Amino acid sequence: MTFQMSDISLITPEIVLTLTALLVLLVEAFRPGAGRSDTTWLSIIGVLVAAAFALGQFGEKKLGFSGMLSIDSYSAFFKLIFCSIGLLCFLISDGFMKSEEYEHGEFHALMLMSMTGMMLMASSNHLLMMFLGLETMSIAIYALAGYMRTKEGMESSFKYFLLGGASSAFLLYGIALLYASTGTTQIDLLFNHFAAQGGMTHSPMALAGIALIAGGFAFKVAAFPFHVWTPDVYQGAPTPVTAFMATGVKAAAFAAFFRIFLVAFPASVESWSGALWIIAVLTMTMGNLAALVQKDIKRMLAYSSIAHAGYLLVAMVTATADAGTGLLFYLFSYAFMNIGAFACVIMLGRKGDQRTTLDDYAGIGFKKPLLAAALTVFMFSMAGIPPTAGFIGKFLIFKAAIKQGYIWLAVLGVLNSAASVYYYLRVLVYMYFKEPGEKADEPLRAGGLIALATTIAVVVILLLGMVPGAMVELAQAAASKF
Amino acid sequence: MILTILAFLPLIGAIAILLMKEESTGAIRGFALFTACVNFVISLPLLFGFDSAKAGMQYVEKVDWIPSLGISYHLGIDGISLWLVMLTTFLSVICILSSGSVEKKLKQYMFFFLLLETGMIGALASLDLFLFYIFWEAMLIPMYFLIGVWGGKERIYAAVKFFIFTMVGSLLMLVAIIALYYLNIKAGNPATFNILELYKLPIAPSVQMVMFMAFALAFAIKVPMWPVHTWLPDAHTQAPTAGSVILAGVLLKMGCYGFLRFAMPLFPNAVVAATPFMMTLAVVGIIYGALVAMVQKDVKKLVAYSSVSHLGYVMLGIFALNAQGVVGGLYQSLNHGISTGALFLLVGVIYERRHTRMIEDFGGLARQMPYYATIFLIITMSSIGLPGLNGFVGEFLIMMGAYLSSPIAAIFAASGVILAAGYMLWMYRRVFFGPLENEANKNLTDLTGLEWGYLMPMVILAFWMGIYPATFTSKMEPTITAWLSHIETKKIACMELEPVKNPVASLFSGAETLRK
Repeated sequence: MTFQMSDISLITPEIVLTLTALLVLLVEAFRPGAGRSDTTWLSIIGVLVAAAFALGQFGEKKLGFSGMLSIDSYSAFFKLIFCSIGLLCFLISDGFMKSEEYEHGEFHALMLMSMTGMMLMASSNHLLMMFLGLETMSIAIYALAGYMRTKEGMESSFKYFLLGGASSAFLLYGIALLYASTGTTQIDLLFNHFAAQGGMTHSPMALAGIALIAGGFAFKVAAFPFHVWTPDVYQGAPTPVTAFMATGVKAAAFAAFFRIFLVAFPASVESWSGALWIIAVLTMTMGNLAALVQKDIKRMLAYSSIAHAGYLLVAMVTATADAGTGLLFYLFSYAFMNIGAFACVIMLGRKGDQRTTLDDYAGIGFKKPLLAAALTVFMFSMAGIPPTAGFIGKFLIFKAAIKQGYIWLAVLGVLNSAASVYYYLRVLVYMYFKEPGEKADEPLRAGGLIALATTIAVVVILLLGMVPGAMVELAQAAASKF
Repeated sequence: MILTILAFLPLIGAIAILLMKEESTGAIRGFALFTACVNFVISLPLLFGFDSAKAGMQYVEKVDWIPSLGISYHLGIDGISLWLVMLTTFLSVICILSSGSVEKKLKQYMFFFLLLETGMIGALASLDLFLFYIFWEAMLIPMYFLIGVWGGKERIYAAVKFFIFTMVGSLLMLVAIIALYYLNIKAGNPATFNILELYKLPIAPSVQMVMFMAFALAFAIKVPMWPVHTWLPDAHTQAPTAGSVILAGVLLKMGCYGFLRFAMPLFPNAVVAATPFMMTLAVVGIIYGALVAMVQKDVKKLVAYSSVSHLGYVMLGIFALNAQGVVGGLYQSLNHGISTGALFLLVGVIYERRHTRMIEDFGGLARQMPYYATIFLIITMSSIGLPGLNGFVGEFLIMMGAYLSSPIAAIFAASGVILAAGYMLWMYRRVFFGPLENEANKNLTDLTGLEWGYLMPMVILAFWMGIYPATFTSKMEPTITAWLSHIETKKIACMELEPVKNPVASLFSGAETLRK
């Protein structure tokens, strides 16, 4: 193991984010005070600079830090996703934290740290590196979930911490077993090891390791049967944090999940794709069924995010470059539609009164036309109805599955999509078809920033829905080069 | 360019309306009407410039859209879609004229209406399966809002049911579309969703059957064929007048159009195999729809069930798979747009005055509203299929076609005509004849100028299509002839293909090899 100075240049986005986080902490320490947005702006600039560096990493293919990190188009694409998520979350959290009187710079610093962890996960070429990234991300999020110190927030944070700790243990145990049976934890070397054994692995210890790793990731992406924590944690956390978790953590976990399984274990694809097939179907079905009966929009979005994890697992099962294209495109567009939806939830809430029951949405369609129109776009996109990005994402994923012969998986997936339409439409039913309640006339908790975030999300979703060509090509390029 | 303009002009109008002030209702109405009229006027040169002798696609436009997946923006029309496009632009004008009673959220209403027009024209003109699917699904959104916001008491139930039914069908179709795409690639062709290229692809008959089922389900729900018709009476009854008109006039035709454009030419062997089954469903639909219509107490519901029956004829004609039947089916789908569209408009007229559609609330209206009664009678006759009016021509051609391919189906279907005469005339008698007893009906006014304005074009068309059908059929026939011969030759070509033991699996064999 040797360290070269030139390796530093490979992690410029991570460095930028870390430095920004530190700078934010310093600014907060020397200029405390309420009602300011300067840490928000600082964080946004940091994220934009990091995104610019990440863009520069497209087309590269380098291993750094003795093979611990792999800098390639795949990780660059994910870094772009994380930066988009960070940007949107900073924009939507500013007004929220102000109205809740909780605007501290630490909030931004924690998010930036967490994003650094996500980026490391996406580019890790080593199971331990991946684990370090995962923990960097998770610890920051445990703190963020309970940031507001409300009763629900504390509960949310504690639940996430306990279960997250357990899942980390799973993962670590899986890594240990894998190391014991193969003698390496570097992802590309694992591939060589399995390939040398003639493909299919017969070592029970290695198989147990793979299963435990899959279990650890299943928890992070909220896949069946490790999904039960999601609604409570999502509901209790501050809404911007919920948005951040639902998109960022999911994207990061899928980034590592897909890379590990596709790079390290493709030779034993039969031994894990069958199990994942069942998990994928159960995940989307359980998520959708539970979402059908929710009366609270945050819980509904939590269950729907479980269902979305199910669709993304279809890409995992398919395990080809085509599926990777779908996965990347889907995660990218999912970030915009999900954060956009949470932005709308934030705008309708008030201090101490989140107003997340569906009844609170009655009649706002004509009382708050722009907000309702934006939420409509997000709901249609999540339901996968053209011409939105959500449709193209589902199309790409199911297309890859059909190509590989997973016809029943695709059919179950599209039937699940059809079922999900019901609860997404219910939001529209309340917004447009019901008479407005008393609260519908109150002004929105909006600032310029959150409105900007919502606008960006709507524009991106519609653009990706109507002219997806360039983004599809970018995702194709990223998914074919690990 | 003309098709692109036709498809997107309403969208531009819709966006412009969104920017207008909520209060200036007059301007909104005027502008919506203006947009629809301009679109109709633009569609006229399409009609006159259409080369009747040519069977292929005309006014073709093609631009790469998502080249990496072989998806292009590809529009064009032939004898099958021409009249449906005309019907769409024409009915849109009529519908906006007839929306006079809409006062609630007028701006949004007109926005969704024009959006719907974009969706319909786009779907009818798309020659790329992916593009078609986008328009096909996008059509749902405005219709969902039109029913849900401006509909009757049970509008929410009806709107959601409409959306979910259609969605289930079309998603399975999406799976089949993708499977077809890969089948084409596997056959060594470049990746494409171009329907004209996919027509040429030979597919083993057993594989065709699987794919045909997915396509047919989507289109059968849209038509709607018995027994997946249950969303239709709800949607029709709850939708506002103009919504019902456009639903009956154009949206249901999308199902028939889908069969003609996609399901049948792509999978001819499956069509031939499924014909007895589909004809049976069509005949059951004809008789079932008529019988249920007979016992309705609500005029609008009666018309809705009569739609189930009439579309049964359309499907029967199409599946007769001969020139008479297919032309008849296509012709009847235009007829249905005119006759049933006009019936819904007429029901809307009386509903605006009395706020009831129950047959028992009326009686003797002919004394009070003679002109209204006259027009209603003409349209009733056209719906029943009286010679000289449009319905007769379509039904006659369909009967001829059906008799050639299955005499038994024709005999059963003919009984539907008798039933139709029964329920329509019975309804007419109860509403218009007899003593004028109900006090509320004694001060009803006859048709207003505006109502004359949107009903007369329908009546004129009903006569025109009944007296001189050649205007319309002449532009369909070359296309239908070519269509039939395509089906015949492709059927024979595919029969020689190796039989496939496991059709579902065979679609997907040869998975991509795994890579590091």
